[in-house]
Amino acid sequence: MAEILARTVEVTRKYGDVTALDQVSLDIRAGEVVGLLGPNGAGKSTLVNLFAGLRKPTSGRVELLGGSPTDPARRRGIGVTPQETGLPPTLRVGECADFVAAHFPDPVGRGELLDRFGLGDLAKRQIGGLSGGQKRRLAVALAFIGRPRLVFLDEPTTGLDVEARRTLWDGIRRFHAEGGTVVLTSHYLEEIEALAERVVVIGGGRVLTDDTMDAVRGLVGIRRVTLTASGLPELTGVLGVEQEGTRTHLLTADSDALVRELVLSGAPFADLEIRPTSLEEAFLTITGRESQAA
Amino acid sequence: MSLVLTHARYQFLETVRVPIAVIGSAFFPAMAMLFFVVPFAGDNAVASTYATGSMVIFAVMSACLFTYGIGVAEDRAQPWDPYLRTLPAGPVPRFTGRIITVMGLTLIAIIPVLVIAAVLTEATVTVPQLLLGLGAILVGSLPFTLMGLSIGYTFSSKAAIVIAQVVFFPTAVGGGLLTGDPAYAPEFIKIVSPYLPTRGAVELVWAATTDFTPNPLALIMLAVWVVVFAALAVWAYRRDEGRRFT
Repeated sequence: MAEILARTVEVTRKYGDVTALDQVSLDIRAGEVVGLLGPNGAGKSTLVNLFAGLRKPTSGRVELLGGSPTDPARRRGIGVTPQETGLPPTLRVGECADFVAAHFPDPVGRGELLDRFGLGDLAKRQIGGLSGGQKRRLAVALAFIGRPRLVFLDEPTTGLDVEARRTLWDGIRRFHAEGGTVVLTSHYLEEIEALAERVVVIGGGRVLTDDTMDAVRGLVGIRRVTLTASGLPELTGVLGVEQEGTRTHLLTADSDALVRELVLSGAPFADLEIRPTSLEEAFLTITGRESQAA
Repeated sequence: MSLVLTHARYQFLETVRVPIAVIGSAFFPAMAMLFFVVPFAGDNAVASTYATGSMVIFAVMSACLFTYGIGVAEDRAQPWDPYLRTLPAGPVPRFTGRIITVMGLTLIAIIPVLVIAAVLTEATVTVPQLLLGLGAILVGSLPFTLMGLSIGYTFSSKAAIVIAQVVFFPTAVGGGLLTGDPAYAPEFIKIVSPYLPTRGAVELVWAATTDFTPNPLALIMLAVWVVVFAALAVWAYRRDEGRRFT
């Protein structure tokens, strides 16, 4: 079993009356690429912030590299992406990299780092003058500057064009191939699919699913069947129903069986459409199912 | 220690790249000097030296309360601030770096006051007195630095603006900064002022630059204020951790 780099043990975090995380136990092992998925407000950022020492749990225990994440010495082994909107606009790209590098005992050289993220020509530019994509790349680069063992990447390629996104993914894969551990949060299934081996789905402050990529793919293989009908019979296997004007959306794991049953029932309908749900919808369905079961 | 200097260097860079902020903090005390000191006390060497000392503390206090109080509150609202907390450093480098930065900016802000005092008034100092005075200013700025940090780490930026202004004026007037030569200050000011941090600070400057003998009570209270605001600032910083983010 690989070494555990970070873990939460029955961690609960509350903000006033709101419970952001509820009894979450999670291990991050060396060499893993873990995709952290969940709708907005699910508790993803709270979890990452606990690991990065930004917050303390209301109850339970958080460990990072064998100690507490609130101990600055432990944080030498991690890298975090800042939100690109917060990068100090008056500093130059190179200055910003040097500033962050000064916190680590053995940082990557500034030229090497900026080249790796396609920012080599921009070292002298003020951050305020960069494009959104360039800022995003700088933000991700900063996570790798201290030669971390474990990086937390929050929506690393949001706002990047396809080419920049592929370049960044290659960079993350290379880091992983050299033994690095990655915790990746994203809304986008595509990004998680491209990189992660293990997927943790969080919803309502709890771990709903923690499994391999393949297993989770099957789990979120939910289809949306949309049709116009005045009255529908009782159908089996419907996970959720939404009404939008005259259109009815049915969420189901088995769209073939649903359509067969619908046709056999003889109920009149028109304009049948079947498509995969977005990840967000799938999660809402999973979350709903979990709370029904509870 | 090198990390402290790194933080100070980059905070200073961030500030001076927006020159209007530096000009702004120098403008206010320079104007006060021109309007209040030059016309009323300019031809009296003792009075204008006292008044220059007062204006310098006035400048220091406004620089501290506004750059720390409002600056820190605004920084906290930016995502860069939580990012810095994930770096392997405790609060000390950022805290200390900020204090060094504002000390530097303060020295820039008081240059116009000193120039006006030298050119347009009879105020006089010797070189050792001037250096001693600068030392006194840096010590005297401590309670206001810590006061500003307490405000910045406790309130949102909108509230911090109001609080800084509300605190600023009575502390300045009550400490006797606007009433010139301490011997001729109104009775009320004489009673209240030793208890305010402005008084201890300005007395240090006066003692350094004139033959003024400071009131021990004012100096003790200055030390008390430093301790109180240091405790408040640390408390506010700790309390802030992990609460602000959604």
